[in-house]
Formats: sequence, C-alpha cells, structure tokens
Amino acid sequence: MTEIKVDDRLDLKGVVCPINFVKTKLKLEEMQDGQVLEVIIDDGEPMQNVPRSIKEEGHKIIKVEKLSGNSFRLLIKKGGGNLAR
Amino acid sequence: MQDSFIADKTNKVKIDTEIEGKVGEIDFTTLKSGGLIKQRQKDMFTVRLRCPGGRVPLSKLEKIVEVAKKYAGDYVHLSFRQSLELPYVDYRNFKAVYDELAEGSQKVASCGPRIRVPTACSGCEYNPNGLMDTQKMAKLVDERFFAQEMPHKFKISFSGCPIDCARTNENDLGFQGAVKPEWNEETCTGCRICSKACREGAIVSDSESGKPVYYPEKCLYCADCIRACPTDSWQGKVKGWIVRVGGRHGRHPLSGHKIAEFILDEDVPAFIETVTEWYAENGKEYGRTRIGAILQIPERWDAFLKTLRKRLGDKIIENPKPPSKNEIHFE
Repeated sequence: MTEIKVDDRLDLKGVVCPINFVKTKLKLEEMQDGQVLEVIIDDGEPMQNVPRSIKEEGHKIIKVEKLSGNSFRLLIKKGGGNLAR
Repeated sequence: MQDSFIADKTNKVKIDTEIEGKVGEIDFTTLKSGGLIKQRQKDMFTVRLRCPGGRVPLSKLEKIVEVAKKYAGDYVHLSFRQSLELPYVDYRNFKAVYDELAEGSQKVASCGPRIRVPTACSGCEYNPNGLMDTQKMAKLVDERFFAQEMPHKFKISFSGCPIDCARTNENDLGFQGAVKPEWNEETCTGCRICSKACREGAIVSDSESGKPVYYPEKCLYCADCIRACPTDSWQGKVKGWIVRVGGRHGRHPLSGHKIAEFILDEDVPAFIETVTEWYAENGKEYGRTRIGAILQIPERWDAFLKTLRKRLGDKIIENPKPPSKNEIHFE
C-alpha cells in the first residue's frame, strides 16, 4: 500500500468539541485544494462529530487509523467547498 | 381581578364582524372558534393569529405590528403552538383588526373543537438535522385542513428528524421525518466512522474488517451514518414520515405511539383525512373527547386500525400501540 503524502498535521488529542473541528476547519482554510491534512482526535464525542462535520464542509476523509491509546488518525483531503444542502 | 365575562354576556353587545357566518350580536362563548379568546378584562379579547409552522414572513409581521399598535396591547404573546397572539383587543375593533390584517394577507386562527393550525420545526432547508420538509407540509395541511370541525380540538405537528422538536407524540397526529440507511459493501473501506457517528448502537464495526453490522431494531433513522460516511457507502434511499397518533397535553396528557413508517409527502393528506374522518364519525358519541382517549378503548382501537388499513394498507405497521397515559399529577 502506497503511503499517502501528508502536507500538514494537527494533534488534537485532549481537545474537545467543537474546538477540535474549528481548529481543523481553520487549518484546512490555509491549505490548497487537494492537499492532505493529518488530524489526531480522541475517540468518543470527537470521533462521533468531527468526521461528519468535515464531510459537510466538503472535504474528504481518505484514511482512518486507530492509534494506540484512545485516539484516531484521520487523513483529510481538502475539498473545493461546502457541500451542505 | 374580577372576571367581567358574565357582565359582558348579559350586555348583548353589537358587533359588525362576521364570526362563524353570523353578523350582529355576539355570543362570547362561540367567539373562540374565530380565534378570539375572552380575557378577564371587560370587552377585551386576545386575537390569535394563524401562523402555520410558526413561520411569519416579515411583510406579515410588519402589518401585524402596525395593527397591534393601533388596536392591541403593547406586546405580542407567542402561543405554545407557535402562533402570535395580540392581547387587549376591544371587540368593537374586531372588524378593523380582521380587515387590516387581511391587507397583509394575515389571517386569524381558530380555537375550539376543530383542526388547529399545524406546528412544525424550523425546516430542512437550513437545519442540518432536517430530513423532511416540515414547513412545506405545515403550509399544505393548513391550507387543506384548517378549521374543519371535529368532536374536540385536533392538533397536528411536523418534526423534521428524530430529535422531534415538534413533539409528535403529544399531538393528536404527529409526523416525524426519518431516513432508512442502506449500506453498499463495495465502496465501504471499513473506516468505522459510521459506528462512531451512530449514537444508538445500531451500527457496530466488525473488529477485524471494520465493516458495519447494522441492527435496524435500534435505529432511529436519523441519518447520522449517512452524513458521516466518507465514501457515501451509507445512502438514504427510503425517506418519509413516522406517524404517531393519539397524543395530547393538558390536564391528562397522553403519549401517542408509532402507527406508520416512511409515509411519503403525497400520502400525508390521505392519512390525515382517514384519521379525522374516523374521529368525526366515531368521536361524536363521546362528546368533547380527544381522539387519544377514544383510542385507549380496545374495541375502538381495533376498529380504528381496521379503517386505516383499509385505506392505507401495509403502510400501517404490525401491532402498533394505542396511546398511553403520561401521568403528571398523581405519581
């Protein structure tokens, strides 16, 4: 499996909702379409909400990986815009 | 404060507004059917406006404010069922209030034993949770069914999603939006996001493959999985209304239960018609009694289901529960 090139990183372990999503959103705004952001978020409420919000903002989650400890690594490809209906 | 109701009643006041087809002397006891509610104060009424779904266009609101400043108190009250009420209107001004509100296309509501203005949540055009268009339906139901006479009051509400802000279980008939999720194995990457997004434990990811196992009996049909899935492997193909019947609030609240699932928009009028026609016919002998209380009588419940199945077929679920008591006074 080819390794995906990561353009930027955010470690949001211990960061609660919705701050984790806001930080992700702001970081993605600084990036170019098609670039990949790596985000580490906690299991539980963050995993329940953040992936959905990222999708609703028009970005694509291309990889999800469970890390040791209670967190997940998401690779997010920046999308063109808001997909909200 | 002294209630001047009795004094007014014996005064035989004259009025030039048509109320329920009658012009001339007013009967304070029947005024409620025209959305006019007697206050404690002599000659004073609260005028309840017709605001389906609680949505009031600004053009109407401007007219309402204009009329209220002229003829009503210095505030409006928001009724519990989303209508604006103008307090302290003198009955001598009824005609002016009606006519001037009509210039802004604003109508007056109706109280008493009839189908009331439907309530609804804010609507799916902008609320991210919304699954079905409640505002569209509230408008349609208001146009088509408003003020039809019933044995007692009959309230209808619409909630766009299972959060059920419009409390469909507390209405005589409630419609709640729902989406049935369907999974496509081919596009699923086993990322587990859907099982994290599901708050009901209806989706559990396989510990090896990460692919979802779906437990429909736990599913609320909220579409969280559909919204969260990064590969669109969960899709909502079947969308519609979950219908609850026989709820009420008041002194003796009842909770209505699910009677149908995934009813389409175009089936809603037939549903309302079937239920209200049954009620109009079978409720009479009980006097002023809400449909929920009648449906608690086992034979009546069976007869009701039979009538519904005849017209709506298998849209009615198997073994639905009749309304149940929600006791709040004698716990």
